[in-house]
Formats: sequence, structure tokens, C-alpha cells
Amino acid sequence: MSTATSSVEPGSATRGWRLPFSPWHLVLVPLTFVLVVPMLWMVATSLQTQGEANRFPPVLLPHDPRIANYADAWHTAPFGTFFLNSTLVALVVVASNLVVCSLTGYAFARVRFLGRKALFMALMATLMVPFQVTMIPVFLIVKWFGDNVSPYLGINHLGALMLPNLATAFGIFFLRQFFQTVPVELEEAARVDGSSRLGVLFKIVLPLSMPAMSTLAALTILTSWNDFLWPLIVITSTDQMTVPLGLSYFQGAHQTNWPLLMAGNVMSLVPMLVVFLLAQRYFVQSVAGTGLKG
Amino acid sequence: MAGQDAAAFPPAARPGWVGRLRRSESATGWMLVSPGAILIGIFGLLPVLMALKLSFQKSDLLTPETPWVGTRNYRQLADDPRFAEAIQHTIVYTALFVPGTMLVGLLVAAALNRSVRFISVYRTAAYITMAVSTISEGIIFLWLTDKDYGLVNATLNVVGISSQPFLASTSQALYVIVAMTIWGWTGFAVIVYLAALQGVPVELHEAAAIDGARPFTRFRTITLPLLSPASLFLMVWLTINALQLFDEVYLTTRGGPLHATTVIVYYLWDQAFVQFNAGYAAAMAYALFVVIVIFTALQFWLSRKFVHYS
Repeated sequence: MSTATSSVEPGSATRGWRLPFSPWHLVLVPLTFVLVVPMLWMVATSLQTQGEANRFPPVLLPHDPRIANYADAWHTAPFGTFFLNSTLVALVVVASNLVVCSLTGYAFARVRFLGRKALFMALMATLMVPFQVTMIPVFLIVKWFGDNVSPYLGINHLGALMLPNLATAFGIFFLRQFFQTVPVELEEAARVDGSSRLGVLFKIVLPLSMPAMSTLAALTILTSWNDFLWPLIVITSTDQMTVPLGLSYFQGAHQTNWPLLMAGNVMSLVPMLVVFLLAQRYFVQSVAGTGLKG
Repeated sequence: MAGQDAAAFPPAARPGWVGRLRRSESATGWMLVSPGAILIGIFGLLPVLMALKLSFQKSDLLTPETPWVGTRNYRQLADDPRFAEAIQHTIVYTALFVPGTMLVGLLVAAALNRSVRFISVYRTAAYITMAVSTISEGIIFLWLTDKDYGLVNATLNVVGISSQPFLASTSQALYVIVAMTIWGWTGFAVIVYLAALQGVPVELHEAAAIDGARPFTRFRTITLPLLSPASLFLMVWLTINALQLFDEVYLTTRGGPLHATTVIVYYLWDQAFVQFNAGYAAAMAYALFVVIVIFTALQFWLSRKFVHYS
């Protein structure tokens, strides 16, 4: 770390170096290693026998990697159900957010309707409210939906995980900001040719907004998949649990069987790691973009 | 307002059309906006009011009777030693987590801000913690810091330090949670700082180097001020998240040992959904809300002095 501190100025240190490999690798390799060691250790443990895991000092590499831990974990807890539930919730929430937030965001960006400013302020104000303030009433509202509309929307059903997240103020704000950068001349031309507002949105604006839509989709999948507190509050039966909740339940039931736990943990991480690697560009853009605006 | 806005839209050529156009524009606008507005109204705005009402009531979330208790919940909050303790733990946690994450993020981003071979591989490795769920992170660190078989104790033993109890100790558990959450947020902080570092013009550094400024002086006088908007964003964002810490505490310690890691949101959740004192929990949530608003305002106010927008 200390070597990194003393040479933090960008670019200049490496200028002019044309060696087979830059000396910076001597800093970067150990630094990266320290950052990923927790995950490497998780994978190493997931391949150990329980005997190996309960040895001190630890066995760094398992003698005979025990892949069967993964099958054991898969059979010990209904991981298949957890994945299916998380996938269903994420798909519904992402699809709904893309549709609803783009309609709402577009209206705020382009349509001059009565009460626009006031409504926009009211919706954006919810961004400041921490989830802990709203979670108790949202629990009661979801319970009401379950009792009065459909049990599938109520407590202890996947609907309870979808319903409060179908649209977000962040998504509306994010898309509105992007839609405002789409050249208005293009839209006017289509309007003159007789397109409706919806036609303009779907034929002109959305095709030009794919980077923003992809970013919102990527962020929404990650948030939905990794959410824990809300599922913990509304879901109690195993067959409705999402991956993080199921994993926490699994951890509570098998506290000392570390190889089994780590195998479950690795499996739970794979989908989001894949999504992250595929959509890394969008994650980086979204985080970097918000950060630079200050 | 609406008239002026409607006139700004081109097809409104003839004055007689303005009124009709305005009406149809309003109808279209409300049609497009209503699905989002209704959803956020029900699950975002309505609950804010319901929580306020609930904070003056007694409720167990199950029975429909919710008698008014006036300001009792708030008065109880003021004399609850466990709430005071939770505030104290939250402050200690936030005071360590926020600067810790910023420092680690800055150092790693600085090391990654250069064009060498495989740099995208190094960067991905640093970003990846962003994809790890808080629950996975908690399980990984529970195992790393295990008092009997953990890798951290094994490493300490190698350098001659005896094994530590870590999460099993009232004096160490909170710091272990600080460390694991810093790791979990590193990817996020690195992305923010790396983007900001890439915006620092190389010419400024070159000019200062010609004038004889040493690397550290250049970093302090050129880079750091130009990073201040990113630092402000991280400080505010990380503070808001730190005040809402829950997942890692739930998974690793359940607030223990002996309440040593009971932070505000953990206590709130426990009161609402374990003890079923929902009215009291709602009062606590409002107190947290006020604290977050004050903190955020304070940070923006302070930032006027220190943040430099180029």
C-alpha cells in the first residue's frame, strides 16, 4: 500500500518505460491479490473436506478437491428454488421498471402537463427517505393487498417482493435526465409526420436510449438480487425465499460445516458475477456518472 | 406556468389552439405519468405519512387496534439505554467506515490509474466486490475471522501475534464489521475515484513537475482538490449507507455479543418485527430520518468550503 501512496500521480511514472513489463505490476499484483483473497479463500474452502477445513493452521489448497460439496449443498437446501425465486422477482422488477420509468421519465422530460413540476418534486422527495422509515407501513400495505386483492401479492409470497419495487423514483430521475439529452428536433420531425407521443417514445427516443436503459436494467438486477432486509421481513417459508435470504437461512442451519456453506456461497455468487462481468461497462458508467456530478 | 410551457412546444402555431393543445398535452402527460406516480405514491409517499401516524400510536402489526399514545414513543426513545447504545455504535461504525472506505478506494484507484498491460483485469478484480451480496460478504468474513480455524488468525500467528476472538468479542466485533464492509464497498469507491482521476489533466502535473514540485506535493495540491467533488459524493453516499447498516450485523453477530454490534437499524428491526413494537420502531425510524437529513445537510454545507468544481 505504501508504495502505491507515494506514486499516486497519474500517468507520468510510466511514461517512457518500454520494458517487457512495467514495474507497476509489482504493486498491482499484490494489491489485487489482497482484494480478491476473501473470494479465493471461499472457493478453496468450498473444495475441502470438513476435516481439512477444521484444521489449524489451515490447509491452503485441498489435497483432493471435493467437487461433491456443491452437489451436497444443492441437495441440503432448495437452492434451485432460491434461484428460481430470485430470477422471477428480478425479471418482473426489471421489466416493470424499464416500462414504467421510461413512460414516466419521458413525460417529465418532454410533455408539458399541468402539475408537472409539483408532481416531479413530490416523487423525487421519496429519494431522500430511508427505507427504514417506510418499511413498516409498506409491510402493512402489502399485507392489505394480500388480504384484499390477491394472496399472491401478500406476505410470504413472491408478489410481496415485486410489488413495492415495480417503479423507483431513481429510475424515473435517471431516465428523465437521459431523455433530455435526446435531440428534440428528431422528435418534432416525427410529430409533424403524425406520430403520437407514445409512437415517438418507442420509435425515436427509446432506441437512442439503449445505454441508459441497459444501465438501469443492470443496476436494478443487482439491487433486486442482493436485497436482504425486505425479503427477511416479508418471507418466512423456504419455498418463497430468494438467494440471499435462503443463504442466510442455510448458514443458520449449517453453521459449522464450512465447506458446504462455502459451496452454497459460491453458487449464490455466480449469477451476479456473470451479470457484472457482462455488463461491467454499464455499472462503471452509472457509478462514475453519479460520482462526477457530485 | 402551463400556458407558457405549452407555447414552448412548436405545433402550437395559432393562438386559438393553445387552450386545446394544453388540455390534450395535460391528458397525455398524466396518462404517461400515472403508472409510475401511482406506484410511488402507494409505496413511497403514503408510507411516509403512515409511519408518522404510527409513531404516535401503539401497534403490534397484527391486531387492528392501534391506540393513540401521544408522544410516548418519542419520550421512551429519549430514555432507552439500548437506543443510546445503538446510536453510539452507529456513530463509531460510521466514523471508521466512511473515511476507511474513501482511503482504500483512493489508494487502489490511484494504483489502477495507469496504462499497463492487463490493467482491465486488475480493474475488474477491484470492481468485483460491488457484485458480492452483503450476505455472501458476511459469510466469507465469518469464516476468515473464525477464532479457531480462520485464515486471519493463522496469518497473525505467523507474524507472532496470538489468535484473536474477533466477532466473538465485545471489544472487537464492531471493528471486524467495519473491515468487512470496507471490503464490500471498495469496488464502488474505486470506480468513483478512478473516473475522477481520469479527469485530472496530465498537463497540470507536467507543468508542476517542471516547476520542481515533488510527486507527493503535486498529488496534494493538484489531484486532491480536483477529486473533491468525487470525495463529497462518496462521503455523503457512504454516510447514508453506514447509518443504515443492517445485513452484515444480522448475519454475523445478530447484534451481539452482549449488544456490542447493535446499530440503530438492527435495533429498529428487532423492535418492529421481533418484539412487535411497531409504533416505537416508527418513532425510531423518524429519528433516524432526521439524523440522516442533518448529516447530509451538514456535509453539503461543509463542502462549500472544500469542494472545488472545475
